[in-house]
Amino acid sequence: MSILRAIFSHPSGRIGGTIVVIYLAVALLGMFDVTPYSPLQQFRIDRLHAPNAVYWMGTDLFGRDIASRLMNGIGQSFLVAFCSVAIATFAGTILGLTAAWFGKAWDGLVMRIMDVLLAFPAILLALLIIAVVGPGTWTSVAAIAIVYTPIFTRVVRGPALSIKAREFVDAARTFGSSRRYILTRHLLLNLVAPLTVQVTLALAWSLLTEAGLSFLGLGTQPPASSLGLMLADSRNLMENAPWMLIFPAVAIMISILGFNLLGDALRDILDPKTRRSAP
Amino acid sequence: MNYLTRRLLTFPLVMLGVSILVFVAIRLVPGDAITAMLGTEAGLLTPAQRAALSAYFGIDKPILVQYWSWLLGVLQGDLGISVIHGKPALAIILERFPLTLQLALMSMCVALLVGLPAGVFAATRNEKMSDLAVRIFAMIGQSTPNFVVGLLIIYALSAGFGILPTMGEFTPLFTDPLRNLGQMILPAVTLGFAFASSVTRISRSAMLDVLSDDYVRTARSKGVPKRSVIWRHALPNALIPVVTLSGVEFGYLLGGAVLVEQIYALPGLGRLVLEAILQRDYALVQGCVLFIAFNFMVVNLLVDLAYVTLDPRIRLGESK
Repeated sequence: MSILRAIFSHPSGRIGGTIVVIYLAVALLGMFDVTPYSPLQQFRIDRLHAPNAVYWMGTDLFGRDIASRLMNGIGQSFLVAFCSVAIATFAGTILGLTAAWFGKAWDGLVMRIMDVLLAFPAILLALLIIAVVGPGTWTSVAAIAIVYTPIFTRVVRGPALSIKAREFVDAARTFGSSRRYILTRHLLLNLVAPLTVQVTLALAWSLLTEAGLSFLGLGTQPPASSLGLMLADSRNLMENAPWMLIFPAVAIMISILGFNLLGDALRDILDPKTRRSAP
Repeated sequence: MNYLTRRLLTFPLVMLGVSILVFVAIRLVPGDAITAMLGTEAGLLTPAQRAALSAYFGIDKPILVQYWSWLLGVLQGDLGISVIHGKPALAIILERFPLTLQLALMSMCVALLVGLPAGVFAATRNEKMSDLAVRIFAMIGQSTPNFVVGLLIIYALSAGFGILPTMGEFTPLFTDPLRNLGQMILPAVTLGFAFASSVTRISRSAMLDVLSDDYVRTARSKGVPKRSVIWRHALPNALIPVVTLSGVEFGYLLGGAVLVEQIYALPGLGRLVLEAILQRDYALVQGCVLFIAFNFMVVNLLVDLAYVTLDPRIRLGESK
């Protein structure tokens, strides 16, 4: 509870935390279709309707309610972001921990593979993976997870190496603690702080990447909705129906802003060294 | 072994890994290469024709042999033939590359011209209202995907002024520089927007660190004017993280301009990758990805070298 209190007493944390909580609620409602209308329902006579009391954010070319599609799209984008970051965190933590612990050939192998993955600009690697597997929601999850795994591996390996050399780990070994116990209780627990910061910031990046991929038509496929897809739909209609552009654009910006603010606050709280000159 | 030697030695190794990854990835595409190349027409081939084609393209050989001959070709500049364009992949890539390079350079100029003064300004007014305003703006800039910035700029121009960015035939820089700059300025601003925000944040925090150093205090106490302290004494030392960031971001711009090129219909390298993926032109996908990754790695290597040159403390062998 003290971490929650710390977040909400930090200015960025308060704003970021509130945004993230609101978005999570909207995402959950959208994911389970608890929306004003069904996101796929077409009101043919109300096509391209401006926002009003009935359609809060207007309707699109097919007469579908933008607010409902936006809620559903936020749910979809968050699903992709959370799943991909969860996979990247899990894979990156295991690879980073084992590389630090076993060292030698395994460390060399893991870190060279990560170097290779880091040799691609993120969106390009995601595009390569999608070129191979074909577009779709779960391909985006896999692509984003693979793109961010090396970052987590590096974030874990560095501190894990220095913790491994500390006396309390030697002491645990002398007392006969098992390898799994030392890895999870001593190393992993001490890595929770940098990992938490990284997870929050990675969520912002993966929301950004997901929006980009689905904007290009390589992520979530229509008729399902996602924020990037809604923006792609708005491209040719923005002059006549600006609400199709404005609402999803603002929704993406604020969601990423929320995670960035929260990430910055967590970095300040969990790593006091950076506090003085936090950007 | 010091950092520099290690860095130079691992470069070819990582490049080899990249080539293996790209080669294997393209061969994981479902279906065989002949079908990928000919599409539905592949169904009309007799087994003998198929075997002849396989032998011609060398895809009947073991995978290691295929990789070796592909790698030898790549080293001699042969990235394969694009099925859609009917030309060598490298020739098409080199046609498109100047635009992407120009776009990346222009966005970097935009980012540095806006970000650096903004960062320095905010640092000198630490914790005041103007500092807060710059920080909020930078945070919003960093949180806005570049394609959203692009769409909003296009909308603002068309709704506010009734003009649309020129999306017609692209004019190369040396054909008509004015027209070219007219076509490139909005994409460069779009791409430079988030980059400028990162530069602002990093230069602000670097300046804050430097401004609290003893030598700055000494300079101020001996009566050096504030402006001179900031720009002549403090800024050069605050530039190291900015150089690193700019280099890394420049590498990303060289390969990551897909979305902006798509929005402004610019025939650059990013758009070429996208077209190649959508048209299943695998030789071109492979060539582009390899080319971009190579550039990205070279830029990162240069950044590291610049880093070592700028900061003599990083002879790094000992600190790593």
